[in-house]
Amino acid sequence: MKIPLSWLAEFVDLPADLDALIASMDDLGLVVEGVERIGEGLEDVIVARVNTITPIEGADRIRLISVDAGNGPLDIVCGAMNFAVGNHVPLAPVGAVLPGNFVIAERRMKGVISNGMLCSARELRLSEDHEGLMLLDALITPVIGEKLTSALGIVPDVVLDVSIEGNRPDAWSIVGIARDLAARFGQVLRLPATALPDDGAPTSSLATATIAVPDLCGRLTLSVLTDVVVGPSPQHLAQRLTMAGMRPISNVVDASNLVMLELGQPTHPYDASLVAGSSIGVRRARSGESLQTLDDVTRPLAQPGRGLGDSGDDCVIVDGDDQVIGLAGIMGGASSEISAATTTVLLEAAFFDPMTIARSSKRHGLRSEASNRFERGVDPELALFAAARFVELLRQSSPTLHWMSDPLDVRGETPSVPSVTLRPGDVQRSLGVTIDESEVRRLLTSLDFTVTGESTLIVTPPTRRLDVRDGAAGRADVIEEIARLYSYSRLPRHTPTWPQPGGLSDRQKMRRRLRDVLVDLGVNEAWTPTLGSDEDFALLHPNESRVRVTNPLASEESVLRRSMILGLVRAWARNAERGLGDVVLGEIGVVFTHPDDATTARVVRGGNGGSVKLTLPSENERATIILGRSGDDATSAVAFWNAVASRLDLHDVVVRSTSEVAAGLHPTRAASLELSTGEVLGWVGEVDPALLGQLSTIAARRLGVLDLDLDVVIKTALERQANQYVAVPSRFPSAALDLALVTPQTVHAADVAQALRAASELVQDVVLFDVYQGPGLPQGTRSLAYALCLGADDRTLSERELGDLRAQLIAAANALGAVLRA
Amino acid sequence: MTASPLAQLQEQTTDLLATVAAWQTLDELLEGEVFVTGKRSILSALQKSLGSLEPEARKGAGAQLQEARRSVEAAVAQKRAELESAARIVALEADRLDLGDVVSSAVRVPYSHGHPGIVAATQRELEDVFVGMGFRVADGPEVETDWYNFEALNIPPAHPSRGMWDTFYVELGDPETVVLRTHTSPTQIHLMEAAVASDSLPIHSVMPGRCYRRDTPDARHLAAFHQIEGLVVDRGITFADLAGVIDTFTKAYFGADMQSRLRPAFFPFTEPSAEFEITCTICRGEGCRTCSHTGWIELGGCGMLDPAVLAAVGIDGDEWSGFAFGFGIDRCAQMRHQIADMRALIENDVRFLRQLS
Ligand SMILES: [Zn+2]
Repeated sequence: MKIPLSWLAEFVDLPADLDALIASMDDLGLVVEGVERIGEGLEDVIVARVNTITPIEGADRIRLISVDAGNGPLDIVCGAMNFAVGNHVPLAPVGAVLPGNFVIAERRMKGVISNGMLCSARELRLSEDHEGLMLLDALITPVIGEKLTSALGIVPDVVLDVSIEGNRPDAWSIVGIARDLAARFGQVLRLPATALPDDGAPTSSLATATIAVPDLCGRLTLSVLTDVVVGPSPQHLAQRLTMAGMRPISNVVDASNLVMLELGQPTHPYDASLVAGSSIGVRRARSGESLQTLDDVTRPLAQPGRGLGDSGDDCVIVDGDDQVIGLAGIMGGASSEISAATTTVLLEAAFFDPMTIARSSKRHGLRSEASNRFERGVDPELALFAAARFVELLRQSSPTLHWMSDPLDVRGETPSVPSVTLRPGDVQRSLGVTIDESEVRRLLTSLDFTVTGESTLIVTPPTRRLDVRDGAAGRADVIEEIARLYSYSRLPRHTPTWPQPGGLSDRQKMRRRLRDVLVDLGVNEAWTPTLGSDEDFALLHPNESRVRVTNPLASEESVLRRSMILGLVRAWARNAERGLGDVVLGEIGVVFTHPDDATTARVVRGGNGGSVKLTLPSENERATIILGRSGDDATSAVAFWNAVASRLDLHDVVVRSTSEVAAGLHPTRAASLELSTGEVLGWVGEVDPALLGQLSTIAARRLGVLDLDLDVVIKTALERQANQYVAVPSRFPSAALDLALVTPQTVHAADVAQALRAASELVQDVVLFDVYQGPGLPQGTRSLAYALCLGADDRTLSERELGDLRAQLIAAANALGAVLRA
Repeated sequence: MTASPLAQLQEQTTDLLATVAAWQTLDELLEGEVFVTGKRSILSALQKSLGSLEPEARKGAGAQLQEARRSVEAAVAQKRAELESAARIVALEADRLDLGDVVSSAVRVPYSHGHPGIVAATQRELEDVFVGMGFRVADGPEVETDWYNFEALNIPPAHPSRGMWDTFYVELGDPETVVLRTHTSPTQIHLMEAAVASDSLPIHSVMPGRCYRRDTPDARHLAAFHQIEGLVVDRGITFADLAGVIDTFTKAYFGADMQSRLRPAFFPFTEPSAEFEITCTICRGEGCRTCSHTGWIELGGCGMLDPAVLAAVGIDGDEWSGFAFGFGIDRCAQMRHQIADMRALIENDVRFLRQLS
């Protein structure tokens, strides 16, 4: 909210030092996010009259202007085109310093000398208007050579941009901020002057106000103002509105906006002659009704929205014919707008149920200064005071207006004011500091809380403090208020300790270990998008359900990823396009599976009030690595995996080629990583060559890939870690034995190795060291050569034992269809 | 009256379709295409001949010809898909490699050294600081229900305070019931629910993780980002403990000469709530552009657990109290490494990734 200091100072005495004021406001949670100085840099700007306009040879965007600023003719080069001879415009002469420290100097352009600058309103920071020069004739009766500030009646001012927290609607106004500051500085809050209703016929003789929905409308007041003259606001009020960031419209509308900014109470003025029966009613909209709002949009009403638990309630204002003329508290209808012809004004000042306003505003996608305030909660007791202030302000420009006596005031249900119990020690238990009871009383009463009782205090907030709740929550609210007024900076600090040790879970430790291993082995850790396009998803998973975002920022970011391969290949390709493809990229992250396709459903509490069970996408943490170094391919991916496996004690995981490979992998150059239980740890191989072609223009090349399911990898690695048996090597020499086995292509090398290992406990190690395929071997077979290490803990094996063992090993191989190569 | 140029169209079309059906290889297709649907096809010739017809007749004939062309083109497209698929199978078969037969010792593995991700490395440092202070580390899911992400945190549906979080909704179940978590706070609720269910209070945990907000990315914000959240639920915990933890963390992570301060703020799930600021890491408190000449920069939010949150998870607020705090991991990384534009974090440019050792 923009707060002109001159306005704020009307209600509370401010410290002379601006920095001290800002520091106090920050400490109160009224955070100052910006400081703007109005009128600064305008001291040197004067009023000048345009005498002649001459084209400059060779230039069609600039002209030579001769002006009179009181000291004879002066030549200025100017690019604006919106003025004529005889107009008065602001002149910044040579040496002037404009806002933003812009120093005006003599300049030479196209052979002519410019002795200053003619200014637009924006260059002077007086408005956003930069369509051309600021034309003064429309605003004032200009006097040549007069200072612009005095000509326009601009009083230098400072405007603070203050961020008001969502729980402090009471502070969302000039007076609200003044009230907090008065409490902090121990000053008196001066409330603004208000008018009194005039004598004469009561309001009820002309107008009626009714509430049909006491649950939606807690209070409806209606004032009638006759003999109103609609026109522009006085200059000082218009400047005030402008400084606060609103555009002056007419004295009636401006008065309504000024009251809202000053007090926080939105009001709505209607042209009484356009409201049937001069009657204002509040009711629920009925299905089938619609309203054309001031923004010229016709909005169907009472339509249930998408929001959780949204019933479609719209609270509307109706006239004497029961016709909808406004969306209560959000926006008025076009039919009863104030115009230059208006002479009688109906002024509505009301309290509406905050959640009803919030839901309607969200459903209609319609936010206004009024709805922003009503949905946070406006003081239900403020309405008539605001009306009286409105009249006071409007009288300045319409002095003969008549405010009919006894304004209408109808009540519905307003939020009950809680009584919060503050027991002895409550403040200490929450804040860790003892604050004297008398100090607590002083702090709270400085903001109009009522405090009664001894030792156990009964605290009643003022009606404007709708943020204070009942019961234990209310106690926390009151304690926050005490802390805030006491100052957070004075609260003590204490670093707690507890007997429970901190630390990582086993899974987190293992995840870190895996990450370290991957980085050691050359992985550069990437961060690829979680959200991809439909096309991306269809590339790898054409037949699976998508987990889609309802409201994506862009269609390329609308589907949750099912795999990280795509993102990593794309990231690799982008690097490769820059000639930096000689790299390994990897990511540890989560991929999502739609409940339709998930093997294990994730069922969690959800719905309104957490009352139902919802099935959510399953989330699977994976580590995916793309090997893009020159020479990388499926075999180096296997070697990479073996290096990972040896570090995580996963030696026995079998690299098993299968006919069905994971999406994105090369169909004939990939394998699953399997445990003896059949559980799959992940995949190793090459990226499907077609995928690279679809994702980039990089020439086809082999990319190795490793894709690990962290749930299984970590679980398995943890089991290994827990059961790690460390054998003392035998003191007796072992024997080496090489076996070349002609094996059908259909039999896995790892299975043969496992069979050899299992054949006898005397087998200490089995390593595949050569594979031969080609002439000399039967069709559909290859020769697998294993190096075996044979030995025992208690003896050196005899020749005879070794001979028997060899036969035993060959037999074990034979059982799998492998025969000794001749 | 001359015969229509299209008198033979049906037979001609049948011939063309037969030609397409007879193609055996992609090469045949590529060579033959031009004679079937291309410039040198009978269809193109017929198209030219239509020019001689009366406008009325030309219209009918044109439509007829279009129809014929469509059927032939469809046949070509289908044939192309068939042949490409067959060619791919042949190529893949020729490429087949049984990875079970890879002899590790025989593979020449290219050597390279890697680098941890900046976010992951920062997260680890933060975790380590908190572990040293006695915190455990908890993970949580990225897709949450409205209950965990909002309502249990005292943010009711449609409440204006929801405006603090621009939310991506997930298309599952009723509208707006499932979200991409907008903060790590739902993990607090999971932890507290679990602790209540297993009667295992107290809780001293930090919860790092990826979150999402529907914000157009700029130099300081990404739509996906990482947060770390802290939660303490124990007996006798006060705001002083919260302020102490924030200050100890500030000094441990950013440096012993760094200060922290709290100022009032609003978060629906904490009361009292505070925003915490630390000494500007750029100017060390002297005042600079980054800190708007205040010497302080805002890091995150914190506060005492709101009684409404304790009630939602069934914790007795008379026996237990606690606090929570949260801030951005990416933002810490940005400050620590002076990353000018946050978007570099998701561009995965190797020249960027390689800088962190
Ligand atoms: Zn600084």
